[in-house]
Amino acid sequence: MPAAKASRNVVIANTQGMHLRPAGAFAKLASQFKSHVELICNLDRVDASSPMMLMSLGAAQGTKLTIEAIGEDAAEAVDALAELVDSFTAMDAELSLAEEPSPDEGALPPAD
Amino acid sequence: MKFCDFIDADAISPELAAVDKESLIEEMVGVLVASGSVKADDKESIVRAIMNREELGSTGIGRGLAVPHTKHPSVDRLVGTVGISEEGVDFQSLDGEKVHLFFLLISPPDRPGDHLRALESVSRQLRDGTFCRFLKQSKTAKAIHQLLEEADNNQFVS
Repeated sequence: MPAAKASRNVVIANTQGMHLRPAGAFAKLASQFKSHVELICNLDRVDASSPMMLMSLGAAQGTKLTIEAIGEDAAEAVDALAELVDSFTAMDAELSLAEEPSPDEGALPPAD
Repeated sequence: MKFCDFIDADAISPELAAVDKESLIEEMVGVLVASGSVKADDKESIVRAIMNREELGSTGIGRGLAVPHTKHPSVDRLVGTVGISEEGVDFQSLDGEKVHLFFLLISPPDRPGDHLRALESVSRQLRDGTFCRFLKQSKTAKAIHQLLEEADNNQFVS
């Protein structure tokens, strides 16, 4: 089967941006596909299977990124990864609960 | 963000002694207590918060690097320390390898942007294999500090 190419534009919506946990989750999912996946931020293009490379983009809230995949499951890869980016806000909320034992100190920002 | 913005020159450990995750985190937070960046009274709470964060998933991100971190209300600015373990420590890293190079970060709860920029600095510099190798080979705090300064002056980023 000829290598297919697919891409999707996403925006980082969570307040914490693409910190270690989202980057780790993104890299893990990206490496589960047969396709080679890259994440593009402005002129920077990195291998999406490495959390270190993903974090080096410094993608804060509001950053526009393009997910690009080349391979037989490219379309599935970009769809699944775009969906994962949408779950970053929920991931942040779980992290806040774990890191802040006192509920009064770090009230969660309202979900929007 | 530059390394000198969050790594104090007197919070650099060229020879970490700890052999497991928890004692390593205790040792590194201890360095920040000794350097005056965090109060001794807060040490236990900070160590526990960092361990809680590790429970959610290891901050060992491969290539022998880990970035244990937490938000903590006791700090009013991002504070960090760097340390090297020649033996390496089992950190349940993503790639299963032992970790030799540690950047430990504590950030104020209301400053997510600073934490993200510190992670960006660390990972952007360590993308460079040369910098990473030099750092792991450093034997003295002075040598590490000098490498961080060189990185701050963009001597490694291609």
